[in-house]
Amino acid sequence: MSGLRVIQAGFAPTLQDFGRPAFQNRGVPVSGALDPVSLRIGNALVGNDGGTAAIEFRMIGPVLEVIAESVRVALVGTRAGIVVEAGERVELPSYQSVTLKRGHRLSVNPVTDSGAAYLCIEGRFDLPAVFDSLSTYGRSQIGGFQGRALRDGDELPLSLNEVPERGELRLENPGYLDADGPIRVVFGPQRDYFTDESAAAFLTNEYKISREADRMGMRLEGPALEHARGYNITSDGIVTGAIQVPGNGLPIILLADHQTTGGYPKIGTVISADIPRLGRLKPGDKLSFAEVSVADAEEARREQEKDIKRLIASLSPAAAWLDEAALYRENLISGVVHNVEAV
Amino acid sequence: MVHVRNRTIVMSEPVFLPAGDTALVVQFGEAVDAVVNRQVRHVAAKLRELSLGGIVDIVPTIRSLMVHYDPLVTRSSELQSAISEILHHQHEGEDGYRLWSIPVCYEGECAPDLESVARDMNLAPAEVVRGHTAEPQEILMMGFLPGFPYLGLLPEDFDVPRRFEPRVKVPARSISIAVRQTTVYTVESPGGWHLIGRTPIEFFDPRRDEPILVAAGDRIHFEAVPIAEYEKLRKAVEAGEYVPVVEDIAPGENA
Repeated sequence: MSGLRVIQAGFAPTLQDFGRPAFQNRGVPVSGALDPVSLRIGNALVGNDGGTAAIEFRMIGPVLEVIAESVRVALVGTRAGIVVEAGERVELPSYQSVTLKRGHRLSVNPVTDSGAAYLCIEGRFDLPAVFDSLSTYGRSQIGGFQGRALRDGDELPLSLNEVPERGELRLENPGYLDADGPIRVVFGPQRDYFTDESAAAFLTNEYKISREADRMGMRLEGPALEHARGYNITSDGIVTGAIQVPGNGLPIILLADHQTTGGYPKIGTVISADIPRLGRLKPGDKLSFAEVSVADAEEARREQEKDIKRLIASLSPAAAWLDEAALYRENLISGVVHNVEAV
Repeated sequence: MVHVRNRTIVMSEPVFLPAGDTALVVQFGEAVDAVVNRQVRHVAAKLRELSLGGIVDIVPTIRSLMVHYDPLVTRSSELQSAISEILHHQHEGEDGYRLWSIPVCYEGECAPDLESVARDMNLAPAEVVRGHTAEPQEILMMGFLPGFPYLGLLPEDFDVPRRFEPRVKVPARSISIAVRQTTVYTVESPGGWHLIGRTPIEFFDPRRDEPILVAAGDRIHFEAVPIAEYEKLRKAVEAGEYVPVVEDIAPGENA
């Protein structure tokens, strides 16, 4: 058995890749990473294709023990940083690949800056794809590890028992994490089910993400939107980012695990360039919306794609953590010396 | 587009509705209508045949079509042109389809709501079963869960609302009715429709090469079987020894 042992699962970690977008016509939700941009960057750091499945989690990451000869990992989607226990305890930054040997333990500092973080691992999980994807869809128990979130004691099989030796990589500035301003939306498909006043209020008011937020969707708290023509429609298709408004008037933004069809009117749709940012938001975060046209949304996505490619091309060599550990010891010693002198 | 059946129905032109920059809606109507639904599925099939670059998926629903696309490869405006072209070449014949024969037990524990819903419909339970099995039903759309079909339209007697209190757990393979439609619960899940039967057939089984049994546009002839037969068939399905009967019906041909 080669791979990773889950010592502590943390908060509902699941395996996610780019999901299964081509099976919605048979009722299969897309699933996949809430923040596909971070997934791509993390995979680039460990030498994988962008859509390779990684461990997605929020708030509390898993504690993992290496049971393969060696693994190469990178934490992305957050600046929290990781902790390696290998005889000594070493803190290492996010956005940097790290090679660990058998017996080493990896944990993640508490993630307070993001609602979706990823541990990307070189190679791939040696698990069966369902509808061409490893993404976990818990409601139907498909994909991922036995169709469910990871639990303490799980052993995750990896395709590589030993990773090739090469220099580590890092992304110097994950500034994309700091994107702010309103979330951009295209009005429709059911904008006409809402009063003009409601549509205007939707754009001018601030909303807060409620505690009822998961991979399926996030409920928003804020001014209720008034329906002009009732709140039941004949079920139609749903796309990720759709903002549906049930009878109570409070919007729900549908995310990766949303059902493929639904019967509530949808006032608008978050544009695809802003979906990764939305995926990183967490309960309690505030957001506001701005309207754009479909053509502008398509253009924004193309621009974003160029930015992502530039970011991936800008990865630079990083020191191996063993060297950093040496530096860390040196700092400690000189710090002590310094203190002694000061007395 | 104007359709003439036994009475004249004038339908408005399909309209394009925006759904962000990765999907586009072609709406053929707002209400549930069998003719509208066939038109949706016909356009979906024609669009699929074109294999246009950048189309990620084509999802026909009861009264509209959702086209999912990759904005790095194509644009909404390009897709609208291609779809308009298809709409201008509407034909009136019937499309071919797959016809499934699906055994259903409409008795005892298989049918917890049959008596109550029959009362709501002012029918005897046996008449509800006859109405459900008389004609093959068309799959109007797939949704809710992987492999979950919505079929219809059943006779007007079946125009009953959903249950006042949805169930937290509907057993897998339950056959349900509401609003002139019928569904098959693929796996155990919450649900608000009336349960009138249960099939031994798995509509979703991730262990199968083809995990999902049916698709939009297929038709299903539900066939009543006694509970003893149901139990025998269920054992055969579990042993992998029973495959449901399916027939390909050519365009314009009647089953």
